[in-house]
Parts: sequence; structure tokens; C-alpha cells
Amino acid sequence: MSATDDAGPNRRDVLKLMGASLALAGLTACHPARQIVPYVRQPEDVIPGRKSYYATTLAIDGFGFGVLAESHEGRPTKIEGNPHHPASLGAADAILQASVLGLYDPNRAQTPTRDGVPAGYDAFLAEVATLRGSLAKDWGRSLAVLIGPETSPTLASQLAALRAQFPEMQLYRHAPLATPEADAASQAVFGRASSPLYHFDRAKVILSLDGDFLGEGGGKLAYARQFADARRVTGTSSSMSRLYAFASTPTLTSAKADHSRRLRASAMGTVLTAIADRLDGRPTNSDPMESKLLDAIAIDLRQAGPNALVIAGSRLDTATQAAAHRLNARLGAVGHTIDLLPPLGIASDAPDLHALADAIGAGKVDALLILGHDPVFTAPGDVDLAAAVKRVGFSAYWGPYADGTANACRWHIPAAHALEGWSDALGFDGTPSIVQPLIEPLHGGRTMHDVLVAFLGELDKNGRDLVRARWSTLDDQSWAQALKSGVIDAPKPTFLMPSVTATNATPTSPSSAPSLELNLVPDLYFRDGAFAPNTWLAELPRPLSRMVWGNAVEMSPATAKRLMVDTGDVVEITIGSRSIELPVAIEPNQADDTLTVPLGYGRLAGGAPVVGTSAYGLRKQNAAWQLPVTGVRKTGARQKPITIHGNFDTEGRDIIRTAALADFAKDPAVLARNKQPEPAPDDRLFPAWDNPEEAWGMVIDTGSCIGCMACVSACQAENNSPVVGPEQVALGREMHWLRVDRYETGDADAPQTHFQPVPCMQCENAPCEEVCPVNATVHTHDGLNAQVYNRCVGTRYCSQNCPYKVRRFNWLQYQDFSEDSPLSALMNPNVTVRERGVMEKCTYCVQRISAARIDAQDGNRPIRDGEVVTACQQTCPTHAITFGNLNDPRSAVRRAKAEPHNYVLLAELNTRPRTSYLADIRNSNGDADG
Amino acid sequence: MPQVFGPRANGLLLFILVGLVFAGGVAAVVGIVVLRSDWNRATFFAVAQPVPFSHAHHVGELGLDCRYCHTGVETSASAGLPATEVCMTCHSQLFTDQKMLEPVRESFASGIPIVWNRVNDVPDYVYFNHAVHVNHGVPCEACHGRVDEMPLTWRQKPLTMEWCLSCHRDPAPNLRPLNAVFAMNWSPKGDPRQQGEALINLMHIDPKNLTDCYVCHR
Repeated sequence: MSATDDAGPNRRDVLKLMGASLALAGLTACHPARQIVPYVRQPEDVIPGRKSYYATTLAIDGFGFGVLAESHEGRPTKIEGNPHHPASLGAADAILQASVLGLYDPNRAQTPTRDGVPAGYDAFLAEVATLRGSLAKDWGRSLAVLIGPETSPTLASQLAALRAQFPEMQLYRHAPLATPEADAASQAVFGRASSPLYHFDRAKVILSLDGDFLGEGGGKLAYARQFADARRVTGTSSSMSRLYAFASTPTLTSAKADHSRRLRASAMGTVLTAIADRLDGRPTNSDPMESKLLDAIAIDLRQAGPNALVIAGSRLDTATQAAAHRLNARLGAVGHTIDLLPPLGIASDAPDLHALADAIGAGKVDALLILGHDPVFTAPGDVDLAAAVKRVGFSAYWGPYADGTANACRWHIPAAHALEGWSDALGFDGTPSIVQPLIEPLHGGRTMHDVLVAFLGELDKNGRDLVRARWSTLDDQSWAQALKSGVIDAPKPTFLMPSVTATNATPTSPSSAPSLELNLVPDLYFRDGAFAPNTWLAELPRPLSRMVWGNAVEMSPATAKRLMVDTGDVVEITIGSRSIELPVAIEPNQADDTLTVPLGYGRLAGGAPVVGTSAYGLRKQNAAWQLPVTGVRKTGARQKPITIHGNFDTEGRDIIRTAALADFAKDPAVLARNKQPEPAPDDRLFPAWDNPEEAWGMVIDTGSCIGCMACVSACQAENNSPVVGPEQVALGREMHWLRVDRYETGDADAPQTHFQPVPCMQCENAPCEEVCPVNATVHTHDGLNAQVYNRCVGTRYCSQNCPYKVRRFNWLQYQDFSEDSPLSALMNPNVTVRERGVMEKCTYCVQRISAARIDAQDGNRPIRDGEVVTACQQTCPTHAITFGNLNDPRSAVRRAKAEPHNYVLLAELNTRPRTSYLADIRNSNGDADG
Repeated sequence: MPQVFGPRANGLLLFILVGLVFAGGVAAVVGIVVLRSDWNRATFFAVAQPVPFSHAHHVGELGLDCRYCHTGVETSASAGLPATEVCMTCHSQLFTDQKMLEPVRESFASGIPIVWNRVNDVPDYVYFNHAVHVNHGVPCEACHGRVDEMPLTWRQKPLTMEWCLSCHRDPAPNLRPLNAVFAMNWSPKGDPRQQGEALINLMHIDPKNLTDCYVCHR
């Protein structure tokens, strides 16, 4: 600005104006003008201030899970399981819980781009219309469509319609977590590819070889429920199913096993051979491990007969999986504890990414449409998809983030979130259900059906029309019912009735196994990387490794010693000519000579933080899961994996109680081995509290808890808990109100793993209450330790005095709670968003208690048992959490507290917690241990 | 070396000390008066609105029930403000040429809602629920005053925690039978306290439990 430029205000005026506006700001600050904006036309079923639920479907790895989405005046804020849907049965997992964050994620792509430059969707439509003209000339020969693992029947019919228009079109499918070995095994034994459907309610003896039915797959929630129901201990007389597990890397399933052994993946087949030999009465020449255990397994399996179930992990080699199928068939389990469904995925036999790259290389593709799943990121190392895509004249990618694939394609069309558009999906058992939108797309995203509509030239059709047309067999009433209940009443796929082919192939022998093998596994929460941009999931501790914000190469202590590395050493793992660098994490339950790296990390997705390192580059065609390691080199760099709660030992204290079912049935007192002397009931400094109305209490069954962390994710969603980031977690400042501790007991070489969820114990003699100088944590009339955020001054005395360490402190301003924040619409309006300097903790979902109390009081009646359901309890797939009124003699929680295996944590401290635990009873086989 | 303190030092010190005490006293009085003033509590200030809506006319003169417009009051935490179409049920026929109703007609035609200014408001960390109050005999008038006499709406009560607690500790004098909750200028026949106590028993209100922090703060 030149000195003669006098158009602008001079310095004195500016100061005057600033002074005046500051003074005015000071005045108005007393009465900030707040506004109310009512509807113009109020929707009939909306009462402002009351939440409503809509049944919809969310997909993980393509499988549909029925959910109920909670909506506050049109804002989806929380996901619950849909009790009517067979894949969720009222429960939801951590990924489903975190999906609401995905909806409001500010890192999502917000506009279509052409060559990286924002462009209108109309321009895309115009370009596609031109393209259609040229494609029609050669029956679509040069059009390629790449889909991911999808089950949507509407998508299937759209692809069929596209095929009708362009008969020569090429369809490819890339599922990064696909397991061709499983299909081949099923093909070899049953004569056709199929997907298994298990019945844990019928299974008495289960043998799992790296099969993680509790942690993975479309049926995990239903299986977890069946599994837990078959193992629930009530009283001392109880029957339990028995689970034997062999695991190369510990999984949720191996952690719940009654007998679990570490075994490298390539040796799994030998276990099956040894057991088959025993069942057939053949002499066994070499046992891979203790003969006693294998004898016990064989005897148990034979006794169980059709009630036995052998599950081989779908990533194991074909021969091993085929051997497991044969064993099931031999035991009569097929058709009883295991049924076979035709493959549910769309075009599951379509050619894969390698074929697409070859077709592009041969110049056979002029137009490419990629429907989601970021294939550039998930491509194996021997496919340079980004370079291939750039050679295609027209390429379009539909996906939620500006990721690697979006950067490689000419067009990127931002995808609508599942809560923003119409679609449908199949559950693990083939149950179809509808995906219905709860909100208009926040950033103008499109569904994949919308994008295909452009290619089909049917621009007049919207998402609802398409899904309705797919389900045109439903009359209007059934359609309305399907939307309301969340499940379409359609015939389910019939089970295949296979005949077992007689060939008796032997599984691979361990002699051919490499000296060191790398297991790639999908991350429990990121899956193939689809959920990697979700920061709730990035900060959710992995149940076994306890790791957050990154991946590592996991190995057993012996292997680490042999390789001369320790936790935090960065190593370079070489597979053939490719290598990655990752820090080492030592996992005591890992099989020796096996390295494990979770996939899904290291994904670039818009502005989302890149978490961890991708291992997709190590893969090659036909070598996706178990790879022979060429070399491991210590780089000299150090990078400690960020973990919480690293010590799995109870140090001899009475924290986790466990016993074998047989011993427990004889004498329940066997549980209290490490029990400390407990104070007398009247041994207290302050008088006991009087609970005239309710006395809330909780019981957590550690026997049912599978450690899936759904409760932690649900608590975060319900209670507006922030994400604090890797640096803060490394300082021990994680903000989850509920943690799930892992403990190991028993034999050091084959320990039992236990999970223990620890929310606030709501002590009757609460140490926190006695030290608060400002009365910010107080006892309520119904026995809660209430935390009053607006009174807290942040002395942190309460946290210091809490023996359970369940209080969390806002060291920094972790949340932006201005109304302009993109996440403000995500917040549960019934829970305060806490500020910096305030202590916070679990209060048994006091907002839900208040809501139930107000409803009950409005009806002038007491609160019914089961009316208050805490967020953790509601989402738990195994019903491990019971909550209710201890003053009600008929309440479920009273019954649970009366169980002989009920105990409280650190009882000797005389805190008298309202939360107690049921001991982890295992159905151990006394004959199995040598 | 000269004297450090001059002859007037003692007097000056005394003046300063007395002055400080006096200034402190004035500050305390001003503080208390200002803090408890209507200005600070925003009570009795008619708030400007895009449409000068008169409760005095609609309630006092025409006798509209509160629930005609505030539909959520019996079922929801929020009493709710009427949608534009509720205004238009009458005003599509009445006063259709009035200039001051222009924003209502415009909103109805354009679909853009009217933005009203809040009169009664509590901080975000207070979870007030209308339904539980009106369903337990707390009349509208107890908090909102005689809205039937307000040409423009103002805040009648301070809405401070002290004021909330005064009723949560002792609700009896404020309670009415459920059929009188929405009435204006209603007074009980007989002793209000006696009647309030009877209502407390009838509706199972336990004032001991109404002062737990989490009743309002979560």
C-alpha cells in the first residue's frame, strides 16, 4: 500500500473502532443472542428433543449388518444393533459404532474432481453420456468395471442391466481380503465353491485352526452370541461347549479357547492329520505337539460326533482347509453344526486385478469404472494399478476419500456414506436388508447406484426407485414393513447338500515350510483399509496387542531373541525383492518363527492421518496371506509401538478369577485362591448410603466377554468422548471411559487369555468423593458417583485416589465444541461436551437413566427392569454386561450378583463397588494337559 | 541521610487503608447488585423478534392453549416452537395484508424458517426437560410468568441455579393439579402448601432426590 493511499481507515480510526467493538463485545457477552429455528412444515413423526430410530444396514467387507440408527432432529448420532436382523441380533461391533464418525468425517471428499480439479457432477454426466455413444458401437468391449466385495442385490441387477446394454463389457472384482484358498478347498471336497455357516448353538466341541469366527466375517456377532450362550455358567450346574484353538497369531477366538496352543500356520495341517489318524485308528508317526492334547481332542471330537465342529482359518492353505472339511464330513457335522451356502458376493468368480492390469496393458480397456475400495492402495506388489489406470482414456472412481485411486483416475466422484443413500446388502446367512438414508448427503455424495445410473443412461431414476424396483416382488405393505423392521422377508438361499468327494489328499508337511514365515492378517478394525481414516478406530486399542495408531510386526519372544530384536526396533522385512520397514512388537502367544503384520494400515485418504505402514506391497499373485520371509534386517531406528496397558500379568493379585468348570462345579470356592482378607460389612468411616428408589449396579461376565472392544467404541459414541491422538495416548492420556484389560494366567508357554472390561466401579465407599475439594464428584440417591463437569476445577485428586484408574482428565482442549465444528452434529445432545481441565468418567450412562426415569415418572410408575440399558451393554454381542436396579429383587442384575462366581475387583480396599464381575470359567479338559 | 517517610506519611497510609476498605465495600455492593440485577439476568427485557408476536393477544385475548403452538411440551424435553405452517393455519385467512406478518408469509412461501431470538435459555450443561415438569403439576406460569399479559415476550424468572433449586428443594407451593398446569392466573382454593403436599404424594415426587446434581447436569 502506498503512503498516499488514503482510501482505507487510518490507524487512529482503526483503534477507535476496535475499542468500541471490544466494549460492545463485552456488553453483549452477558446475553449472547441465541436463536431458535423451528420448522416451516414440521414432519409428522418428529418431536424436537426426542430421538427416533430408523432401521438400516451397514456393510463390513460387503456383508450387511442390520442396525438401528439414532437420529436427533435428522442428525444420525449413534448406531445400535437391530434385534430383528440375524447378523446383529441387537448388537453392534466397534466398526459399526464408529461409522457415525465416518459420516461427519471432515476428511471426506466433498466435490467431484476431474484430473484433480473440482468439477461439477453435470460435467461428469455429460462426459459419460458421450462415452456411452462410443461404447455402444462395439457393444461395450472396451468398458471395464471393477467392483469390490459387494453383496447388494440392487448392484447385481444394475450390473446385469449394464451387461444387457454392453454385452461385451468386462467385469473385474478385487477383494483384498478374498480367500481363494477357502473356495478351492470347498471346491475340492464338496465339488463347488461355498461359504460355511456355523451353528455354535449345536456345537459341543469346536476345534479352531487359525479360524477367528468371533473377530471376523459377516457372522461374527451372531456367532459370538451363539458361542457365549452355549457357554454361560449359571449356578454350578452348567454345560459348556469346549473350544480347542491352534493359532499362529492370537485372535479373539484363540483367547477364548479352553485349550489354546501356538502353532505356525504351515503346521496346522499336521494337527488335522494327527487327529484324523487317531479317529481312523491309524498309527501316528509324528505328532506336531503334545500327544496327550491331540488324544484328548480326538476323543472329544469322536464323542461329539455331529455336534463337533472343525474350523480351519480361511487364509490357510487349500489342503489344510480341505482336510478340515473332510474331518467335519467324517464326524457328520456337515448339515448339523456347519451348513454350506452358495457364495454371497457379487461376481465372486470374476477375474481379479491382475487380469485387469493385463487387459489395460494389452490396450483392451478405454473406459474404466472403479466402484470403491481404493484398489490402488490394496493392490498386490506385482500390480502397478496407478500406472495402469493412467493409461486408460476415461477412468472414474467412486469412493469416499481423495485417496490413491482417486488421484490415479481422471474422475473422482465422492461416495455417499451408507447413512446418506439407498442401497441394500445381504447378511452372512443371505438375509437381505435395505440401506435407507437418514440424512441428505452432507457433501453431495453419490451412491454407487447413482454412478451406474449414469452409465446406464437412466438419469431419471433415484436411489429409492432403484432399490424399490429391485424388490418389486414386495407389495407396498411388505416394503414398508421391510423398512421398519430392517429385514426383507424374502426366501433365504438354500443350503447346499454336498456330497464329499472321496479323495484323501494329505495336507502339506511342515518340512516344506520356510524357516521364517510372514502372516498377513486383516486388521480387526481397519479391515482392508476401508476404515483406516476413522480416528475412533485408529485410537481403539487392538484387543490383544493393545496397540493404537499404528501397526507393527508381531513375533514371539523366542523369535525376537533369535533375530536379536526387541520391542520398538524398526526392522526391514524382505519378501523376494520387496520390503517394508516396521517396528517390532513382542506377542507372547505368537507362534515361533512366524511374523504377523496387519493389513489396512498406511492408507492415504484425503486429509486423514496416515496410520502405520501398508504391507500390501509384499503380496503377489497367489501369495496373499502366508509369505516366506527372505530376510529380516534391523535398521537401527527405534519406534516404540503406542500401546496401553502393557502388562498382562496379575502379579499374583485377585484381579481376574478363573477355574475349570469341573473344579468350579465341585467347589465354587476354588475361584478365590488369591483372595485378600475382606473388611467387615460395617467397617466404614462414613455411614452407608441410603438408596430409597433404585440402587444401580452392573455385573460383567468375564467368561462371556470376547474382548471385541465394541463396548469401548459404543461408549465413545454415546458419551461424546474425544480422540486425543498418538502423542497424547503415548503419554497415557487416552480418554476412553471404559477399557478392556487383557490378562494371562496359567502355563507360561500356553497361557489362557482373559478380558476384563473396566468402567467406573461406582463405589459405595468412593475414594474419589472423599478428596474432591469442590464437591464435583458426589454420590447420588441411587448410588452413582456423579461427576459434575461444570463444577470440576481439575485438581485431579480424585483420579489420584481411584484404585481402578477409571477417571480421565482433559489435559488439552480435545474437542472443538463451536457449532461450526464439522463434528458438532455428531455429538449426543444429552451428554455435555467436556472442556479442557475437567475430569470425566463413566456414570452408567446417566443420561439414559434420566431419560428412563422421566418416561417412568411421566407414566407415574417405577422404572422397569431392563428399561435402562447402558451403551456398552446394548452393543455387547455376547450379553456379557448386565445392568439394573439392585433394590428390585427380581432384576436380572440381582440374579447375576447372586451367582457363586460373582466377585468384586480389589475387594480388600473396602470401596464396595457397584460393578462386579463373574469369573471366567473355562471348560478345560483335565486329560489334555500333560 | 534524609528521613524516608515525611510528616504526612502516617496520614497518607491511613487514607489508603481506609480507602481500600471503602473501595472493596463499594465493589462488593456493586458486584452483588449488578450480578443480581435484571440487566444481568436478562429478566423483564422484551426481546426483539422478526415478527412482534404478542402472547397477550393470542393467549390473553383469544384464549389459545399453550399446547396449540408448543406441541412438544408434554412429551419432550423441548416445548418446541411452532412451525410456520401453524401460524399460517389462521394467518392464511386473518390479517393477510398486515405488513408485520410478512416474514411469516415469506417463510411459508420460500420454505426458509423464521429465526426467532431466544427469551428463556439455560446453559448447555443444564438438561432441562419440559415434559417431566408439566406432567408433575409445575405450571407454565411458575417459570414463564403471566405470558397472557406480555405484548412482547420477556424472561420473567432469573433461571439461575439458585432459583431452580429453590423449587427442587420445596416444590409444594408451585404445584397445581394437572388440569390447571396450562392455566394463567390460577389460584388454588384453600392453602396452596397443603394442596401442594397432597399433589407431591399423589404424583410420587420425592424432593430429596430432586437435588442430585445429575438431575440437571449430565
